[in-house]
Amino acid sequence: MTAYLIRRVLYAIPILIGVNLITFILFFIVNSPDDMARMHLGQKRVIPEAIEAWKVERGYNLPLLYNGQVEGFRRLTDTIFFQKSLKLFAFQFGLSDSGRDIGYDISQRMWPSLAIAVPVLFVGLLLNISYALFIVFFRATHIDFGSAVLLVILMSISGLFYIISGQYLMAKLWHLVPVSGYREGLESWRFLILPVLVGVISGIGSGTRWYRTLFLEEIERDYVRTARAKGLPEHLVLFRHVLRNALIPILTGVVAILPLLFMGSLITESFFGIPGLGSYTIDAINNQDFAIVRAMVFLGAVLHILGLILTDISYTLVDPRVRLP
Amino acid sequence: MPLIPVVLWTDALVYLLILVALGFALYAMHHEHLRAPWRAVIRSPAGMASLIVLAVYGGIGILDTVHVRLRIEQAGEARYGPEILSLLDLALTDLRTRQEKTYSAPLATHLYAKESILQPDGTLSRDYPRLQYGGAHLRDPGTEHARDIAGRSGQGLVEGLALWVLISTLLIGGLAYRQRQPFDQLFGQILRGQTEIPWRLALFTLGLILILASITAELAAAYHVLGTDKVGEDVLYQALKGIRTGLVIGTLTTLVMLPAALLLGVMAGYFGGWVDDLIQYLYTTLNSIPGVLLIAAAILMLQVYMNAHADDFKSLVERADLRLLWLCVILGVTSWTGLCRLLRGEALKLRESDYVLAARALGVGHFAIIVRHLLPNVFHIVLINLVLDFSGLVLAEAVLSYINIGVDPTMYSWGNMINSARLELARDPVVWWSLAAAFGFMFVLILAANLFADVVRDAFDPRLRILRA
Repeated sequence: MTAYLIRRVLYAIPILIGVNLITFILFFIVNSPDDMARMHLGQKRVIPEAIEAWKVERGYNLPLLYNGQVEGFRRLTDTIFFQKSLKLFAFQFGLSDSGRDIGYDISQRMWPSLAIAVPVLFVGLLLNISYALFIVFFRATHIDFGSAVLLVILMSISGLFYIISGQYLMAKLWHLVPVSGYREGLESWRFLILPVLVGVISGIGSGTRWYRTLFLEEIERDYVRTARAKGLPEHLVLFRHVLRNALIPILTGVVAILPLLFMGSLITESFFGIPGLGSYTIDAINNQDFAIVRAMVFLGAVLHILGLILTDISYTLVDPRVRLP
Repeated sequence: MPLIPVVLWTDALVYLLILVALGFALYAMHHEHLRAPWRAVIRSPAGMASLIVLAVYGGIGILDTVHVRLRIEQAGEARYGPEILSLLDLALTDLRTRQEKTYSAPLATHLYAKESILQPDGTLSRDYPRLQYGGAHLRDPGTEHARDIAGRSGQGLVEGLALWVLISTLLIGGLAYRQRQPFDQLFGQILRGQTEIPWRLALFTLGLILILASITAELAAAYHVLGTDKVGEDVLYQALKGIRTGLVIGTLTTLVMLPAALLLGVMAGYFGGWVDDLIQYLYTTLNSIPGVLLIAAAILMLQVYMNAHADDFKSLVERADLRLLWLCVILGVTSWTGLCRLLRGEALKLRESDYVLAARALGVGHFAIIVRHLLPNVFHIVLINLVLDFSGLVLAEAVLSYINIGVDPTMYSWGNMINSARLELARDPVVWWSLAAAFGFMFVLILAANLFADVVRDAFDPRLRILRA
């Protein structure tokens, strides 16, 4: 187990280097820092001195990979690649293009993101699994058919529609909750309830269908037939046997996305004005703040790989048949 | 010639896609193992109905793909105008050119906002002015409006019904001739829903679409059926133009990355060893980058590039088209990894199968084995993946447009419509029609695509086929 974990962590390093190289190529080679400076300062009629000043201020005035003007080891460290890309490995995100400390912003903004993402995940999970069990219990009846139709319809509605109509109905027409915004502390629930609700509802369609397939696959197995043959009532078969065995793929699926909850939900957060990491990313994209986008790409990749490793571990924990090589 | 054709980048790819689809259809017609699953699709009611809806959307999309430039006579000299129009634009010239001043509700005769109007007697008064085109033929909208709408709807209904009866009769007649059956016997069977192919449902769906379309067409001749937007453009026109954008994103995205995913996935599974390691590394790396951020980064880079090379683009349409293509490519880069992994797993299994072993023992080369034995056997995965991804991609377009990293803001798309209309909900009375139109058109397409995807998956997945048998 330990050896496996060490191997997995080591395997993550080349992947992160790859991610780093891709972002480096995208942000610094396809487009030079000069292009970025021009974009920020305005397209036409920018004097070269202004571009130079912009680059010096943000540390983009170094050579890309090799600095021939300084001595010794600094030939490699005084470069954009080292300063802007490699330092991410130490989680030193540096300053954003507007001069704020990215690391500090991330540590502040991840809490509102979690406050939405965690309830959405768990309420959604509970609701979807219960509904799926309900459908499976009444399979091949009108309830099954009607639910299938309902789920396809729910799935075919754009997530934007849920957000916009939720805001319109609950906030504007009925004045139940504020349209958007956020406040620290206990007061925050009034701002969180609508985004959580919207997040849960927009996930019902695909989520329930997915769990239903899992349960139906499980219900064909031999052990289920045995359980029925020895006279167990259907609800006990479902809860005691099918649910417990189907929980393995469900659990590992949840574990895989747990780390990514930190990244927040892009659309929900920016629609509801929640100061989380999702809206942070969107703002960065809209302001074309490449330093933040780079940092978030790296953070997302780290969390994704963490999710993969956690999935493997959780497999061994819940399913004794699985042994890690 | 009064017009010359213009082929934009995405047009070329759409033509290619159509050619590939036609080629495949011809091939499938002569191979029973491919015909059987398609027959199952056609015979399922959901598959038939969704196929008809998709065909209507596809037809509009194709009409909107053939781009031309019109010839204009200018001072005795003939030349081609700079404006790039599609056949759909030409067919909808009325809708396109009848521009009002600002918002107006669906089927309205008056503008949404009050204005100062100069009365005939020379005084100024604040009132809702009449629309320039919507209901302009009515002398007294207050009394004639409802009757006019009802009359036009009735006329549309009758025309639609007539057209439907004509088409149905021809179709049933043709079928009866082919199956050597008396017309009224076949008619009875269809009416009772006893045919193998669900013709009753097909004709019902067709009738619904025909009647809706002809009523809309009758009304659109004199009104803005879905209202007008902020700058007075007809919303129905915008929604119809959005169809092509949605379809292009839904299909081309998978298509542009298909060769890479197919080649790499099959190679990884077939060769194993370091090839497998390398390809796995490649897609794990790409998969680790959050998709939205990769798209954002790529679109930002494209913007920087376009700003730096602004002179390379002759028109806004070409610029928007290139951005659409680039969006497809980058969406493809973020989504091909799933397909690649599936193909790798399948190829890994097939590599050990008896016929591949036999082929290898007979000395068949690697390339020939991949082309002849592996590709046909992973084909169903590609097809299922293509239809399953479609609806997600169309939905993604709307979301991306909201963050300004979707299609070009000048391009007609449902995402752009939603994005520009969502702030108008704060107005009083509410401007809801742009949102409703975009969501409605999108919903019908996605619903049809989802139903179709389910049917296709059930028909093509051999694992499911065994379960059912």
